Amino acid sequence: MTNFTLNGAAVSVDVPDGTSLLHALRGPLGLSGPRYGCGDEKCGSCMVLLDGVPTFACTLGVEAAGGKCVTTSEGLGDMAAPHPLQAAFLAEQAGQCGWCLSGILVSASALLAANPDPSEDEIRVALDPHLCRCGSHNRIIRAVRRAAQEMRA
Amino acid sequence: MSATSSSGFAHTTPVDPNKPKLPGSLNVNRRLSQWLRFSADGTVEVHPGKVEIGQGILTTLGQIAADELDVDFARIRMVAASTPASPDEGVTSGSLSTQDSGTAIRHAAADARRIFLSVTSQRTGVPIESLVVRDGAFIGPQGEVGSYWQLANADLLEVEASPEAKPKAIEARRQVGVSTPRIDLPEKVFGTGRYVHDMRLPGMLHARVIRPVARAATLMATPDAPEGAQVVRDGNFLAVLAPTEWQAEAVAARVTARAMWSVRDTLPEQAQHAEYLREAGARGERTGVLARDDAAPSVARTEKRSFFRPFLAHASIGTSCAVAQWNGDAVTIWSHTQGPYNLRADVSRTLRTTEDKVLIHHMEGAGCYGHNGADDVALEAALIARAVPGTPVRLLWSRAEELGWGPFSSAMLVDVEADVAADGTLVAWRSNIISNGHSGRPGRSPIPTLLAASQLEDAFPVVPSINPPMAGGGGAPRNGIPYYRIPKLDVQTTRLLEMPIRSSALRGLGATLNVWSIESVLDELAEAAGEDPVAYRLRHLEDPRARAVLQKAADMCGWATRTKREGWGLGIAFARYKNTGAYAAIAAEIEAKERVFCRRLWVAGDAGEIVNPDGVVNQFEGGAIHGASVALLEQVTFDRRNITSDNWDGYRVLRFTEVPAVETAMLNHPEAPFLGSGEASMAPTIAAIAAAIHDALGIRPHALPFTPENLA
Ligand code: FES
Ligand code: FES
Repeated sequence: MTNFTLNGAAVSVDVPDGTSLLHALRGPLGLSGPRYGCGDEKCGSCMVLLDGVPTFACTLGVEAAGGKCVTTSEGLGDMAAPHPLQAAFLAEQAGQCGWCLSGILVSASALLAANPDPSEDEIRVALDPHLCRCGSHNRIIRAVRRAAQEMRA
Repeated sequence: MSATSSSGFAHTTPVDPNKPKLPGSLNVNRRLSQWLRFSADGTVEVHPGKVEIGQGILTTLGQIAADELDVDFARIRMVAASTPASPDEGVTSGSLSTQDSGTAIRHAAADARRIFLSVTSQRTGVPIESLVVRDGAFIGPQGEVGSYWQLANADLLEVEASPEAKPKAIEARRQVGVSTPRIDLPEKVFGTGRYVHDMRLPGMLHARVIRPVARAATLMATPDAPEGAQVVRDGNFLAVLAPTEWQAEAVAARVTARAMWSVRDTLPEQAQHAEYLREAGARGERTGVLARDDAAPSVARTEKRSFFRPFLAHASIGTSCAVAQWNGDAVTIWSHTQGPYNLRADVSRTLRTTEDKVLIHHMEGAGCYGHNGADDVALEAALIARAVPGTPVRLLWSRAEELGWGPFSSAMLVDVEADVAADGTLVAWRSNIISNGHSGRPGRSPIPTLLAASQLEDAFPVVPSINPPMAGGGGAPRNGIPYYRIPKLDVQTTRLLEMPIRSSALRGLGATLNVWSIESVLDELAEAAGEDPVAYRLRHLEDPRARAVLQKAADMCGWATRTKREGWGLGIAFARYKNTGAYAAIAAEIEAKERVFCRRLWVAGDAGEIVNPDGVVNQFEGGAIHGASVALLEQVTFDRRNITSDNWDGYRVLRFTEVPAVETAMLNHPEAPFLGSGEASMAPTIAAIAAAIHDALGIRPHALPFTPENLA
């Protein structure tokens, strides 16, 4: 049994040790935001925040999340109360198939928490663990800058 | 154009030749109720046969319907395609969705509006000419006299569309031409499940497939499943089933380690791939694409060049997935296929049942960029679910399967000869484009083409992929005919009749090689003639729309005033997709360091009438970045047995720090037909990068990708 805080709520999950956090999140915990893309720390589809730090959920054993705070894109905001990043991604229409977005959003939120005014290059570096095959990169960068501006205002 | 490309080849429903021709896909799906359903609650369902693959088509089609019906966009409900109710629009491919489906929906909506207004006029005595539609309400001189919603239950759309319906005049369009936010994006940004991957059904089991260790392999012994799991085997098709994903993966790893295969070497030697294509081509099927023999000045000089590109992968970020459930002798499949009817045809053939026993529901997946594993995984889910009647089964491919077992875009080789007159004018163009076929899509031949079909106990033979006809844009020879004025042409193509590596459609098909080969030779000829590459192209280009995009791209990048910088290069290229679709001219700026980086792209496009301007820009940008990735990094690698580039280190695609800035300008032509937008920018981007490499390094690349090894 592993206990942790998921998007602000206490959860406990009973899966065999060594099961990935990703499987726990998508399985018993019923989330859809974190996704499998490679299982190999190469694409960022599974990215979550572990105590605020972007972490690949595909390779992390669920027990490593014990006692920590896990944040997924669902925890950033929702339609009724979107995170400024989510609002900015919609405003910039930053995405096509959208597969990459939930991972990118959590990495971007960690970036903005640490650096409220990142340069374009800093955004690119922060998002480099993420693949986007649709070529939405430039829109995504614009959206992160827009959100940063709004959060500073 | 849309009609030729969709007739016969794309869809599976026959057309009655005695009926009047209707626009777009309406011709084969003639009942209005197949497309539109009004509801008394004030909404209207639109049922396209085309599917959302991340290109924003549902939003675009909704805009067309809303505009033509004169209802608020918020009243539109876009319904995902499913068999057997949705219109059969063949495959969502070829940048044809707005042409095929948009044209049909525009006409169907115009017809529905005419029918509703005439019924209202008859019932109320208000002449039809004095009725206007305002957000779905029918307003006469005395006020509202009816609405779509009041007549929603009157079965008015249970008729065939009439060829006489007249869509609105261009000036009357209000919602088309406006950048409308994508209806699918909010769920993607909030992470709420929208993909087939997110489906959860009560009692659902999870499946994984065990792939053979070689392309040609025979399973000698099947390991047992541990407690609580199940092994499913049919010939060389081997899979496991378990209650959770992690159990399925653990069992799959265990079975993989214990399965015994007898294997053979069947793949060509990658180091001699180009030679292999030439050799296999000599045994292949050579056909003429276009021959022309007009009067021409005499030939002063001939240039001969060859261009090669490796196999390319679709490399979707999400892996292929499907959910299947049997009920009695029928199976329901939830799938991110591009063609629900085509998939149904091949699944029913493979299962040796009839089409009515296979129900396909479209749900979104990650972007596919062509025919990836979406259809294969759907059949496999159905095969596995057969072992557990009544129980839903979710099958997810691994990254290694996605990059190793989906269809690839065929490697290609083109030999070109160009004759020029003494003043450098192009006189003749001869080429032979050698490639495997570019379509192995399901539903197009009596023998199913899906991966598992050839692995079953009662196996179907592997049929080498084919090329769509030139009327549909062609496959290998797509864009193989130069769009420039050349009096003498002899374009030929050679399709391989052996297929050691399965090939099918990927964004651009043969255009990714052909456009680059043509543009590269043109650059050389311009240089030899001492002419500016843009000016040289312009003097061979007649189509004013082609000239306009080329000029636009040149203006955007400051072509005329460019200055030379050490280690940097600028190149420009043009193509009209399929020679009948959208126009794109691209300028690329590259920096040559330890390898080549593309830093900036300027994209000028013309996609005819534009429904959603921001959506079209998004597509052109995405295609250009895809092209940059193909140009600089992408190649499928293999040994004699199997694909080796089955992870993201082996199959590199551009990352955030490597992606160029892109500036896009679209030249709008509201008076012109829709031309599609998904594929036009990719091939000319590759060509522009090649030209920029020459500008920077003085080297003309002849093999993709443009890596240090291939440029050496
Ligand atoms: S799924 Fe975790 S990085 Fe790709
Ligand atoms: S939007 Fe499709 S992968 Fe990024």
